[in-house]
Amino acid sequence: MRSKKLIDLLVLPLFGIGLSLLIWHLISGATVSRVLPDGTTEEIKTGLVKDLPGPLMTWEKTRKYVVEPFAKREDLDQGILRFTWYSLVIVAKGYLIALLLGTPIGFLLGLSPLFTKLFDPIIQILRPVSPLAWMPLGVVLFAGTGKAANELGALFTIAICAMWPTVLNTAVGVRAIPQDYLNVARVLKLSRTQTLFKILVPATLPYMFTGYRLSLGIAWLVIVAVEMLTGRIGIGNFLWNEYNNGLYTSIILSILTIGVVGFLLDRAMSLLERRFKTA
Amino acid sequence: MSDHVELSNLTKTYTTPKGPVVIVKDFNLRIADGEFVTLIGHSGCGKSTVLSMLAGLNPITSGGIVLGSRELTGPGPDRGVVFQSPNLLPWFTALENVQLGVDQVFYTASREERRQIAEYYLTVVGLGDCLHKRPTELSQGMRQRVGIARAFALSPKMLLLDEPFGMLDSLTRFELQGVLMELWTRNHITALMVTHDVDEALYLSDRIVMMTNGPEAFVGEIMTVPWSRPRDRKSIMEHPDYYRMREELIEFLNVRAYTLKGQEPHGSHAAPPSAPAKAMSPVPSPANSSRAPDLASVA
Repeated sequence: MRSKKLIDLLVLPLFGIGLSLLIWHLISGATVSRVLPDGTTEEIKTGLVKDLPGPLMTWEKTRKYVVEPFAKREDLDQGILRFTWYSLVIVAKGYLIALLLGTPIGFLLGLSPLFTKLFDPIIQILRPVSPLAWMPLGVVLFAGTGKAANELGALFTIAICAMWPTVLNTAVGVRAIPQDYLNVARVLKLSRTQTLFKILVPATLPYMFTGYRLSLGIAWLVIVAVEMLTGRIGIGNFLWNEYNNGLYTSIILSILTIGVVGFLLDRAMSLLERRFKTA
Repeated sequence: MSDHVELSNLTKTYTTPKGPVVIVKDFNLRIADGEFVTLIGHSGCGKSTVLSMLAGLNPITSGGIVLGSRELTGPGPDRGVVFQSPNLLPWFTALENVQLGVDQVFYTASREERRQIAEYYLTVVGLGDCLHKRPTELSQGMRQRVGIARAFALSPKMLLLDEPFGMLDSLTRFELQGVLMELWTRNHITALMVTHDVDEALYLSDRIVMMTNGPEAFVGEIMTVPWSRPRDRKSIMEHPDYYRMREELIEFLNVRAYTLKGQEPHGSHAAPPSAPAKAMSPVPSPANSSRAPDLASVA
């Protein structure tokens, strides 16, 4: 039983990763030199996808970012985790704003049919707007703040994009509270505040945390776009700079890092979520 | 502390797309201070509706309810309610669930005193060792014990029980009936309980109120249960009147619950779940010639 679990959780995924690396290696391109009959050499590109660097080449060229992940050589030349850390800090701030705004809005939507009728259409219209569309507006809105404009614009974009799953899941959770629990509150004549904190919030927690997890995923998606546009230093900005420098190996390193960090954030949140599922 | 209650011309109407439906019509009942009354009737006849109007959870269409000297206008902790499913809050421990109500009622008492009240009632229902367990860690029967403790801990003027043992297996049901009686015997709180188990009604009540079928259900007949308390289940079951009274209740459910409303009785359809349908068919037929032995085997 135990070994079966080990195979399922570790061996098979590792094998899958290995297989993907192999495929990547096989389809990637390389540059080889060839000596022509007239004595000159010619560089030609080979491989199925000629401009895709392979795994070995990616490792070789991006090593310095990985083996010293927190190094700071210059502003645009830092370890990969140091870049990631800058991004995480701003994501954390924007995400916090999203939760602080989204949770009460979700409660209002869940509790008040009038509020739902008033604002649900607007929410449904704003929800699908891309972060790339919000970002310029955010920067313009905070243009008056001078140096902080980029940061505030970024926070605005993260918050407004990431808050919707929290809003909607909280509202669903509030509407799903069993009448039985509310009857207990009515029979005991709990005050509004007591009902909110002893019944409504605990009963909604599992839904809220589902919303929080999805919101975190979106916040992490948004940060990359935001950094590309604003030039704030971070992992998204690093990716964009290296694209402009034509260093495709760094792009691949960034993509992998963004993916791994996103995955870890989601895992961490779902552990938290499970803790509250018992309620 | 306990009080009498008077239900006068209690009527409940629901508006449906097809027009208004009268569930309960002109329901009249007076329950004396300290009396234990059960309400029996078929599923859907409106007995739970009467109880939820008393609890204040369901608005009264017309008529009124007076508890003590006060007309009831809504829910309140002066009535302890035991629901069919215990309705415990899963994020609280057993103690916290009971204390939630105690904190509301005894808000002048100190925190320590309130905790002691909650602990006391949980200990009486036999959960002294499970104070800090959450509902998910308790069995169905233990959860209902918490539900009973929660209702009694309010020191209510009245106790309302909505088929509190309906979801339990019969052994656990017997146990909990005992727990309920033990607590009730201590201070004789006026109680109204809804059930469709005739044995349960006979064991627990001073009077049994039989409701006719719905719609427009009303009080059909009332049976007084004469046995003194505390009662011993075994000796009342051996009492010469027990089966006569039991039979009378079943007869009401199978025949007069319909005929009092001018409906055709149809026994097999209306069999209450507390006894085998075969033994209760109102129409004699060759199939139930073995009626008497069957009843004996139920005991």
